[in-house]
Amino acid sequence: MEPGLYHILFLSTALFFIGVYGFLTRRNLITMLMSIELILNSVNLNFIAFNKYLWPNQMDGLFFTLFIIAIAAAEAAVAIAIIINLYRSHNSIDVENAEDLKY
Amino acid sequence: MTGSDIIFYLLATLCVVFALLSVTTRHIFRAAIYLLFTLIGIAGIYFWLQYEFIAAVQIVVYVGGIVVLIIFSIFLTQQTGEQLPKQKLDRKIFAALVVFAGFALTMVQIYQHTFIETDEIAITPTVENIGKKMLAVDSGGYALPFEVISILLLAALIGCIVIALREKKNIEPQIQDDTEEHKGIV
Repeated sequence: MEPGLYHILFLSTALFFIGVYGFLTRRNLITMLMSIELILNSVNLNFIAFNKYLWPNQMDGLFFTLFIIAIAAAEAAVAIAIIINLYRSHNSIDVENAEDLKY
Repeated sequence: MTGSDIIFYLLATLCVVFALLSVTTRHIFRAAIYLLFTLIGIAGIYFWLQYEFIAAVQIVVYVGGIVVLIIFSIFLTQQTGEQLPKQKLDRKIFAALVVFAGFALTMVQIYQHTFIETDEIAITPTVENIGKKMLAVDSGGYALPFEVISILLLAALIGCIVIALREKKNIEPQIQDDTEEHKGIV
């Protein structure tokens, strides 16, 4: 069966929910960040697939993907700065130990 | 089944298998490496779709940037050779149920929906076309989001430096108190 839009949508849905699974089960901030990267990548794949198969006369999906990649890079850098700061003050990057952040 | 199809299925399997390994392994360093392979697989799928520029950006930014950042932060925060604590079984079961339900629901929705393709002539996403569109100021151009993204990146850059800056110890008690208070508020 020749791969088309539905195959890529299946793949990106699978990646998205694998990321959600990781986000729900992991308790380490860095691994949670990795799950978020997986989710963002599945969204990018969706945008590219829709652009390729449904609207090849436009490049909107491609630009969305480019901007999402830029925002994801900024987000990862800020998140890792926060994680390292948290590690300095708490000596742990487990979310259970970061509870006093809310006070 | 042509060679192109086989390549797609190989890449898709690689992505899903390494993503699963990445979220289930208890070695955090291995999780980062598995994530690396997933991202390379997705870049391969972009190549397969003939979006070469996006594939190159994916490799440069994700594989070369974000994963390296993650690996460095693992080195800074984790004891080597230490495994992550075992997760509670009820949490795993709950998460798996939620994920399966969500996956099934989404796939049912996708297969029931018929997507309508456009008949217009396709634009090839070459670097030339992307660059012209990216800096176009007329309608349909992306000059404004481009500028907004550059402001965002600058803000993120300054924010990272401010957050991760190590506070200097033993300067003056007054300054030390201020920074402690500041930390408490933040």
